[in-house]
Amino acid sequence: MSRKQHTARITGVADTAMGELAGSTALGLHAEATNAALKDAGLEAQDIDGVLCGYSMTVPHLMLSSVFSEYYGISPSFNTAIQAGGATACIMLANAVALVESGACRHVLCVTGDNRLTGMTRDGAVAALATVGHPEFEQPYGMSVPASYALVAQAYLHRFGITRDELSAIAVSARKHAALHPKATKRDPLTLADVSESRVIASPLRLLDCCLISDGGAAVIVSAADAARDTRNPVRVLGSGQGHTHEHIMAAPSLTDFGCKASSAMAFSQAGVIAQDIDVAEIYDSFTITLLAELESIGFFEKGEAGKAALAGDISLGGRLPTNTHGGLMSYGHSGAAGGAFHIVEAVHQMRGEADARQVPGAQLSFVHGDGGILSAHCSLVLGKE
Amino acid sequence: MDLPIPRPNADTRPYWEAAQQDRLVLQHCADCGARQAIPRSYCGTCHSANLTWRDSSGIGKIASFSVVHRAPTKAFRDHLPYVLALVDMAEGVRLMLNVIGEDRLDTQIGDPVRVVFEPRGDDGFKMPQVQRSPA
Repeated sequence: MSRKQHTARITGVADTAMGELAGSTALGLHAEATNAALKDAGLEAQDIDGVLCGYSMTVPHLMLSSVFSEYYGISPSFNTAIQAGGATACIMLANAVALVESGACRHVLCVTGDNRLTGMTRDGAVAALATVGHPEFEQPYGMSVPASYALVAQAYLHRFGITRDELSAIAVSARKHAALHPKATKRDPLTLADVSESRVIASPLRLLDCCLISDGGAAVIVSAADAARDTRNPVRVLGSGQGHTHEHIMAAPSLTDFGCKASSAMAFSQAGVIAQDIDVAEIYDSFTITLLAELESIGFFEKGEAGKAALAGDISLGGRLPTNTHGGLMSYGHSGAAGGAFHIVEAVHQMRGEADARQVPGAQLSFVHGDGGILSAHCSLVLGKE
Repeated sequence: MDLPIPRPNADTRPYWEAAQQDRLVLQHCADCGARQAIPRSYCGTCHSANLTWRDSSGIGKIASFSVVHRAPTKAFRDHLPYVLALVDMAEGVRLMLNVIGEDRLDTQIGDPVRVVFEPRGDDGFKMPQVQRSPA
């Protein structure tokens, strides 16, 4: 089944400050990101007729989108929240695209934010995240998100003979990019030895294989093609796709191949491109193994080759596929649903040529990917220059 | 702080009740023959409600593992480092269990293991676990 290329545009993007933001609130971060994204688009609050929220761990609520719309002071004609872990931002965007292409909305605001670092402590966030594990068959065994990704990493290393340095190179590349982004949380230089000597969290994953826990927010405005004409600098959404194979890692059909294979194939096919056409990639990187497995499952690299490619500089600026040019979840920041939105914000900056020192020269096509749970829920997007 | 005790529901109660009698039981679909690890009211393959419980051989091998040094909650902090594992049972289902026993930290992928029942908490709620069983 072939799907026609999308026509929707991303018209506004913004993220807030990142890291430890004393005095921040989840809803305040939502509002801050919204104001900045509207300004970026050149739109007014009353132009927004659809609102999609994600979830917040500091404001757990049955109706976050209603809570936000009341807080911000808008009455959209379409309003709902979407929860798919780290895939939330990409899935929100895919839904916004469907809303504007169906004619249901003109301008849809996708907004995320969480103050999970100052609002709940690092221990609190780690414990809350572990609830993605099965309450009877995983959590009572001491399952955590890092330990679950470690199960994938161990299987992956065993099967493909990945070396420690190949895994570490993923983190080092992200840090090099973060050093070029004034808003990134971690900007000090990182070496392969720093990663391999950091303390073990869950073998084989070490502290510097893991993402950050940050306060922050991000907003993305998606507009119908004709409604985008009056905006400042729209970017095209060309293709989208999803893949869902499991929720619990014990139920995953494979430990080395994931739903990103199906989601990216759908997105590429709809966009009418292949993986090799992509100029810049912004891919969910909750752990080094996450990005490594996704780069290979998606088809950017052969199985067992992504780590070697990272060591050779292929995923760094100037390389074959600059990936996570903002520094990703490991060095830029990770604020829950907003974490995946930072990848979208960066991809849009790249497509507009507004990525400053991180700009991939002449970039025409970008790929964005979100992964929720333990490589459970996947959503891929292909974006193109207007 | 005590480790968490599973709270069985109508889907899972037979699994945990059997564990209290030192038996590992698994759901088999009487219609399509599929077996499933996480108990349900319906077969996750053909969606039939015609499920039966059968005793497992208790034999499996390590599909993957991690030696955990950072606990998700306070309760697990006293037990660090512990071994979290995915175990492929001979019946073709995969369970998440802990490898226990003195040689647990030597665990490797492919190791043969057998199910044992470890009491937990004041009432000795029995949890299926595995021990390495050298061939």
